[in-house]
Amino acid sequence: MRPEVALPILIPLLSGAISLMFWRSHFMQRLVAVAGSGALLLTSLWLMASVNADGILVMHMGDWEAPFGITLVADLLGAIMVVLTGIIGFAVALYSLASVGRGHEAFGYFPLMHLLLAGVAGAFLTGDIFNLYVWFEVMLVASFALLILGSEKPQMEGAIKYVTLNLLSSVIFLTAVGLLYGLVGTLNMADIAQRLSQVEDNGMIDVLAVMFMVAFGIKAAAFPLFFWLPASYHTPPVAVSALFAGLLTKVGVYALFRVFTLIFNQSPDYTHEIMVWGAGLTMLSGVLGAAAQFEFRRILSFHIVSQIGYMILGLALFTPLAIIGGVFYIMHHIIVKTNLFLVSGIVKRLRGTYELKRLGGLYKSHPWLAILFLIPALSLAGMPPLSGFFAKFIVIRAGIEAEAYGVTFIALLVGLLTLYSMTKIWAEVFWKAPPEPRDDDKEIPAISHRELWQLYVPVVGLALCTLFIGLNGQPIYALAEASAEQLLDPARYIEAVLGQGGEVTP
Amino acid sequence: MVRSGTLILSVAARLLMPLQLLFSIFLLLRGHDEPGGGFIAGLVAAGAFALYMFAYGTQATRDMLRVSPRDLIGLGLFLGVISAFPAWWHDQPFLTAQWWTVPLINFKFSTPLIFDIGVYLVVLGSVLTAVIALMDTGHANE
Repeated sequence: MRPEVALPILIPLLSGAISLMFWRSHFMQRLVAVAGSGALLLTSLWLMASVNADGILVMHMGDWEAPFGITLVADLLGAIMVVLTGIIGFAVALYSLASVGRGHEAFGYFPLMHLLLAGVAGAFLTGDIFNLYVWFEVMLVASFALLILGSEKPQMEGAIKYVTLNLLSSVIFLTAVGLLYGLVGTLNMADIAQRLSQVEDNGMIDVLAVMFMVAFGIKAAAFPLFFWLPASYHTPPVAVSALFAGLLTKVGVYALFRVFTLIFNQSPDYTHEIMVWGAGLTMLSGVLGAAAQFEFRRILSFHIVSQIGYMILGLALFTPLAIIGGVFYIMHHIIVKTNLFLVSGIVKRLRGTYELKRLGGLYKSHPWLAILFLIPALSLAGMPPLSGFFAKFIVIRAGIEAEAYGVTFIALLVGLLTLYSMTKIWAEVFWKAPPEPRDDDKEIPAISHRELWQLYVPVVGLALCTLFIGLNGQPIYALAEASAEQLLDPARYIEAVLGQGGEVTP
Repeated sequence: MVRSGTLILSVAARLLMPLQLLFSIFLLLRGHDEPGGGFIAGLVAAGAFALYMFAYGTQATRDMLRVSPRDLIGLGLFLGVISAFPAWWHDQPFLTAQWWTVPLINFKFSTPLIFDIGVYLVVLGSVLTAVIALMDTGHANE
């Protein structure tokens, strides 16, 4: 048995339960948050090492063999995603120590955070399509509750859009799972992939593929149904925004990668072509939306949308290089985007607002913070030698090789506009002279040294990850390459789950 | 303390409650292979406490419970997750059922039972949390 396959799910669940048992104790909740997410990070690294050494790992939960029981599968992509979950979970847990108020803690911030991490890790590791739906719901329930923590009016407004569209997506997902089960009579993804090749009704398969594409597209905030994201991500406490920004949409992207490489790979001319244009429009609409915004977190939220486009483009082009680019992009993006949100939280803590107009002069008073902003911001825009440059470079090169010039042009243009947005934040928040104080300015409580440290440590850690990916790109590229190889050879996944030959004896 | 004021309900609640709790435990233990189980047993137990609450008010119910319903949820979740782990000892995948026979009384104890007790506590705790909160807001509005 390989316990590391299931531990990334069980550890956050267990930490959540322990955290709930000690709901009266402020100290214990914080201790469990840091210890639990730290343990998650360590087991995820363990999982990564095992998968790297031994190939795809499988665990049949409760000893019920696939395809009858629920199977957990860790291939390289799954393991990479779990490691990223661990990194983000740990960083956000540390950051929460200083940034989440006692009021929010009393309403169960930490147990919900653990539950969210369990949902995310579960979605990355499950090998069963209905179980994937269940993990999506676990994640969504936790995120609904986190989103309205504090019950302020803008939060409610954002949450209504978020909940409505995500429930719509869940309904489409569930319907599609039902139809798929009707077609092939199994829910195990490896088994579905195998049996779908024997189904003759190609029209039905295409319909199902598009349904899954729409369902996961909504979750990933892809064009045209992305507006729930910028409507809601700037409302909750900043640690929650950062957690969402790093992980939630990427679960949708992961699900697209999984389903469209393993199951729906019959007619890429049709399904993946739709995705190419979806990706292009996602990039464009996100970046144009960001250009019109003047609130720190809203700009960042729109940029999540545009960056999702690059990842989906990697999948949509469906060449080995493009998939490598997509995986690399996910790794780069999760770290950079979370970091930017964390920086915005520090700015808010220091100056009491997210409005660009009312900020300024931070470079003079906090030069180190300015540098910590520049690293992820320039990386997001794709400046060499940071991680974003390589990510964009691979995707765009794959686009040119696949002769998809139109969408490649969009990708380049969007890179430029991203730089424009980041410079806008830089100029407004850090560079320009601080604006005249206004009468309605609230008194900002003085920040203690200890609090500042707790906010800075995760930001520095994530910035180092960005630099590491950028300056030491070769091993990361090799990792992305190996995972792309696995994704493009579904037979290996099927064999790992169902055993040699993949024959199932009923 | 709020009381319903009807003698029949007050007396009936006192008599029915132990019976309902016993029945819930019967359902809990019967559940693995036959109809029953942690969820339905938890609902029956929550019903028992809710009946008592209607007759004697929320404060009396809290006093009788002694623990906060929120603690029950935490403990229940903990038991539920913990039940996944014993299989590790025998190098089997997580959640594989482990059975132990208690000598003398010949009682079979197992990880599914731990899981069911966990579910029982979670259901009981969450239903009671909700009902108590609703009763309290209801009285606050009066």
